[in-house]
Amino acid sequence: MNPKSTLSLAALAAAAFLAGCSSGIKLQEPPPVETRTPQPVGGTAATGSQTPAASTSATPQSQVATVDLTKQGGATAAANGLARIVYFDFDSFVIKDEFKPVVEGHARAMVANKQRRMVVEGHADDRGSREYNLALGQKRAESVVRSLSLLGVGPAQVEAVSFGEERPAAPGSDEAAWAKNRRAELKDR
Amino acid sequence: MAALGGWGLAGAGLPAAAQFRVEISGVGATQIPIVVADFRDEAVSGTAIGGIVRADLARSGLFRSSASPQALDERSTVVAAEWRARGADAVVGGSVARLADGRFDVRYKLWDAVRGEELLGRSQLVVAGDLRLAAHRIADEIYQALTGEPGVFATRIAYVLRSGRRHTLHVTDADGERAQVALASAEPIISPAWSPDGRELAYVSFETQKAVVWVQSLVTGERRQLANFRGSNSAPAWSPDGRELVVTLSTAGIAQLFVMPREGGSPRRLTSSSAIDTEAVYSPDGRFVYFVSDRGGGPQIYRVPPAGGSPERVTFSGGHNISPSISPDGKLMVYVARQGNGAFKLAVTDLANGSGGGGVRLLTDTSDDESPSFAPNGRLIVYTSRERGRDVLMTTTLDGKIRTRLVSSGADMLEPAWGPFNR
Repeated sequence: MNPKSTLSLAALAAAAFLAGCSSGIKLQEPPPVETRTPQPVGGTAATGSQTPAASTSATPQSQVATVDLTKQGGATAAANGLARIVYFDFDSFVIKDEFKPVVEGHARAMVANKQRRMVVEGHADDRGSREYNLALGQKRAESVVRSLSLLGVGPAQVEAVSFGEERPAAPGSDEAAWAKNRRAELKDR
Repeated sequence: MAALGGWGLAGAGLPAAAQFRVEISGVGATQIPIVVADFRDEAVSGTAIGGIVRADLARSGLFRSSASPQALDERSTVVAAEWRARGADAVVGGSVARLADGRFDVRYKLWDAVRGEELLGRSQLVVAGDLRLAAHRIADEIYQALTGEPGVFATRIAYVLRSGRRHTLHVTDADGERAQVALASAEPIISPAWSPDGRELAYVSFETQKAVVWVQSLVTGERRQLANFRGSNSAPAWSPDGRELVVTLSTAGIAQLFVMPREGGSPRRLTSSSAIDTEAVYSPDGRFVYFVSDRGGGPQIYRVPPAGGSPERVTFSGGHNISPSISPDGKLMVYVARQGNGAFKLAVTDLANGSGGGGVRLLTDTSDDESPSFAPNGRLIVYTSRERGRDVLMTTTLDGKIRTRLVSSGADMLEPAWGPFNR
């Protein structure tokens, strides 16, 4: 049961795929002790110099290193007077009349103070793929940014980004929730 | 030695297969009946090698696997006629031994019970952390010996786990077990994409309060921003040679496709439309980039040569077709098709029949299916589906007959991407 032999085994024999009837390994004998260490996944020329930990025999070759961003500072958020959300109809990117005062109010403030910076975050409901919804949210954000620029806001003052379906304002899978999620949010930077 | 008996699928109480479930719908194809014994002394290793091999083979849809009613290892004498009488076409026995240096020697033999001959005999030396990998390799070797095709059990799947505000990019074995965390973030992570050599993942992270494409080395955790331009940066797709990626950028004001060197640098614009172009994926031969565009109204799948040119529409039936994945042989495309009732299902079409000419077949009968990704041997697809209010990872065979739910954690499992063979 316990290996006693120190017989050396050719490394390639263990790796070779042995088809057919005969076995290249003497399975009737006790397991030999082999001196080869396993190769890590990234252990060849391209990344080998950066992986000292992966070259020891105790490290599994299938190891994945963890990067934990949650141990850093949290998200930033800001708020002040004006309404900051523009809602959109299904499959639409048009700013409805009821939300034009929101866009105009922010435009006036930004034109008055060229130092002001904003980001417009577009959002979508959760139907369909995440990437397509990211693009839909981007289109909504761009629609708001275009209106802001027509009202005199400089291109360096505002950036359109998207969170797609990733940050729903309302949970649920009905039209009431979806309507709250098809939106663009104007945030200070 | 107590007989375990029964179906290997039930896991016989072994931890490795305890959460494993296979659903078979419709009449299955011909399945090879195979007996895989628990490996002698596998309890010493803490890994249920035999159970993992049985579960792997069952999930492929090509095997009916069961445990051995009697103890069996690679040194056993196998009398073919006895196993034939019990309905087994193939028999596997093996053992695990701990070596002086702490590693394990995992050995097995595969016998053909029909012809009464030994087909395979192998030994692997692995550290404790690679015992599951050793079991998956054994399943791959058995699969190849009996079907003539490479198995995918030793490959890996990347996916995103969402639990409250915590998002983690996981890398698991192809059976969904042994998840390792590549990235943990308080902000969303989407669209993981494997480099062709399997060493890096590209993905989209919102950690800087906008969508940025990152590339991360799996072994070292070293990461870099590949695309961080004005607006959103998303949907990375590696070229088959690993030298370039197509990404979706909104620098032009709307989502468009761009090609970038893997080191980063200047993007070259690939599509020029006034519509959304996104969700790119290369054909395996590198001749086309398939993508989703709503240039014709609703989103449909198109393709364009990576050097540029005029896009050609690929999907015609249905008003909303997204998320293409191309089979490794380039012949089939699986994608998500929205049905008239609003349900999202996986559909498969034959690309060889020419655009629009190939028939479309639905692969799933559930209603919230997303993110299909082909296994590197083209025999299985991993995707997500909704089950009791949660997103779960599923695999299906190409005929849609064998579906498996991979381990679920009570949290949402999203955006699966099946890794390449190179491991």
